[in-house]
Amino acid sequence: MLYFSKLRIFTILIASLFFLFFTLSNFTKLDDSFFNKKINLGLDLQGGSYLLLEIDNEPIITKELQNKITFLKTYFKDKNINIFNLKIYNQNSIRFETDETNVELIKDIFFDKEEPVNPFYEKYKSHQFDLENQNNIFTITLSKYGIIELKNSSLDQAIEIVRRRIDEVGTNEPNILKRGNDRILVELPGLDDPMRIKNLLGKTANLTFRFVSKSTEAEFGTDLMEFEDGSESPVYINKRIILSGENLLDAQPRVDSQTNETVVTFSLDRVGAKRFGKATISGVGKRFAIILDDKIISAPVIQEAIVDGSGQITGGFTFQSATDLALLLRSGALPAPMNIIEERTVGPGLGKDSIKAGVLALIIGFSLVIAFMIFKYKIFGLIANTALIFNLFFLVGILTLFEATLTLPGIAGIILTVGMAVDANVLIFERIKEEKAHEKNQLIAFDSGYTKSRTAILDANITTFIAAIILFFLGSGPIKGFSITLGVGILTTLFSVYFIARLLTSLYIVRNKDKEIKI
Amino acid sequence: MKNIQFNKYYKLFTLISSGLAIISILLLIFKGLNFGIDFKGGTLIELRAIDKQINISSLRSSFSKMNLGDVAIKNFGEDYDFLIKFEKKGPEKDLIQNIKKDLNASIGSGYEIRRVENVGPKVSAELLKGGLIAIAVSLGAMLFYIWIRFEWQFSIGAILALFHDVLITMGIFSLIGLEVNLSIVAAILTIVGYSMNDTVVIFDRVRENLKKHIDLKIFDLTNLSINETLSRTIITSVTTLLALLSIFLFGGEILKGFSFAMILGVILGTYSSIFIANPILVNLKVNYKTIVKEEN
Repeated sequence: MLYFSKLRIFTILIASLFFLFFTLSNFTKLDDSFFNKKINLGLDLQGGSYLLLEIDNEPIITKELQNKITFLKTYFKDKNINIFNLKIYNQNSIRFETDETNVELIKDIFFDKEEPVNPFYEKYKSHQFDLENQNNIFTITLSKYGIIELKNSSLDQAIEIVRRRIDEVGTNEPNILKRGNDRILVELPGLDDPMRIKNLLGKTANLTFRFVSKSTEAEFGTDLMEFEDGSESPVYINKRIILSGENLLDAQPRVDSQTNETVVTFSLDRVGAKRFGKATISGVGKRFAIILDDKIISAPVIQEAIVDGSGQITGGFTFQSATDLALLLRSGALPAPMNIIEERTVGPGLGKDSIKAGVLALIIGFSLVIAFMIFKYKIFGLIANTALIFNLFFLVGILTLFEATLTLPGIAGIILTVGMAVDANVLIFERIKEEKAHEKNQLIAFDSGYTKSRTAILDANITTFIAAIILFFLGSGPIKGFSITLGVGILTTLFSVYFIARLLTSLYIVRNKDKEIKI
Repeated sequence: MKNIQFNKYYKLFTLISSGLAIISILLLIFKGLNFGIDFKGGTLIELRAIDKQINISSLRSSFSKMNLGDVAIKNFGEDYDFLIKFEKKGPEKDLIQNIKKDLNASIGSGYEIRRVENVGPKVSAELLKGGLIAIAVSLGAMLFYIWIRFEWQFSIGAILALFHDVLITMGIFSLIGLEVNLSIVAAILTIVGYSMNDTVVIFDRVRENLKKHIDLKIFDLTNLSINETLSRTIITSVTTLLALLSIFLFGGEILKGFSFAMILGVILGTYSSIFIANPILVNLKVNYKTIVKEEN
């Protein structure tokens, strides 16, 4: 156990320098990106905001069913198959009836992989809808994978819109990730007041232009809607949509030079410009409403036909609110409303204090352990301490190499590693003491001390390592940071004990082999 | 090597530990745990007063007017730091902004909001479930590990020692009413690892001694093994505790609960390795044949 070849010593040396280099890389600035890596600080250390958003998929499912109904109507009409009483049933299903003679035919159509009625998803080996029938009454329900597919596609759309909105605000290195099939995780480092982003993400931003109904009572084809700023009492709005946000090419905040009011100017695509032109030509003198997420922003009277496909929205905006509205319009509407279901925001002041406290605790804990080891083992304490210092370099070096994220619990994990790392050396030293008691040749005593303590050391470290791995897979956020430092710490501990400390021990006893070595 | 008659106290400490375990179970059933917002849902605000006029009673009176339900306010480390917690049902997008507005009106703007956490009911339920699963899986994994490394008698000893440590730590948390949050789950898992580690080292020695001293009764053999590994047990506990104490004292308020749980766990883990795990080997009449049978 105690013999080291020159090659091995050399390898250990190179490895140590390698990790030492990466540890120091945290404190330097080099141009080369490969060699200048840094540990990422978690949001709890650098300050920032963590938001978990959940898409409310119910409207999407309803919309999908409505589309399906329209589709089925025309499809069966074209095929000359008579179906009736077609309607949404419960929340996830559609029900319809047919003549007895068509029952088998409809079944065949619904289970045909080529038919567009019930798309077949090759990757799930499943149709979009499950079909059930009681005699001539059919119920089609979104299958498990039909719902998953729907959710995934709305999540894909939503994450794109979220990314656009956040990019437009221009925060520092945002991190936007999917979580499951209806959640989006947003990490915004350095942002201590996520108010504006929360407001922007909380809006679906569904824009429509519709005519204001002349009537003051509920009528077929109208909705009663409120004004966003409450400046007027609610009015009835025609259901028919003149224009929607999809027709928008651009939107910008401006200060109107004549009225000195802040407005949002917009320009429409060709289809939009045509439709808007047509509507305004026939509608001079009428009122139309600009509606965002079921609230009226403004309802101007059409003064003249607008055919160039551009216009402006007034609505008593401040420059900030005009900027945000323009941003929402540019980035597009979310497929469904989203809710913020978890938020964690740490201000930069607390982050800095946490780093300070963590580093202080590390220095004190480290010093106490080092002092204790020297007190307990003298020269061998020194050896264990040297291994401990190398261990820290290895640990920080590896975290840097993989650009891991360091959190406050992560720092706690490093400190805990310092406390537990000496255990392996203690096990070895105590075993050597025992071996020396009945073995006269101290070289053999040292050697068997190392050999006989090995299983205990492995067992002891594997148990902690198991705990760290489970934490890594099941823990969240900062806790993950703890599991990383704890787990990596165990590996570096074993390395530093079996290579650094053992090498130093071997050098020491070979040099002093003729003297009595006390441990 | 020291020679302390640990085995004379096996019965006594088994009794004490059983008592503590039962009390802990009763506490957990009847008093329960003080779950933080991670597991209960709600909002937490850490606020630092810059204006010296702001104190806990002025904060209480201004928060009580905000219609937030049950608001708990306490000092957090320093005199000028406060932790405000409440369970606001239902999402409210402008919650923090409204609170700021109300605070500015009642106590002025001489404060800084240092941290905001808001956990919805769905997320908190998931986090609680995740935490319980993590603890269960870790206990299961330890059981599996020790089952492949040792004989079943040893597994029972080690697992009972683990349960003992986790149970009593939680019992103490319930008794003092300390907050249980995500970091406490991390602490429990680490305690599980540490307690196991400590037990395994002694068990390794027991197994070695079973082969070496065939004629020695398990009652004395466990005592010999404990004594042989005693200095290691103590030194490792001391260095680990030194590290944990420095986290507890200097690592800031956020890590207090975590390091406290760990300190309890390390002390209990060290104790249980000696006084829970070993008496079980004695009770299960482990002898030379137990391990030879396995190896043939």
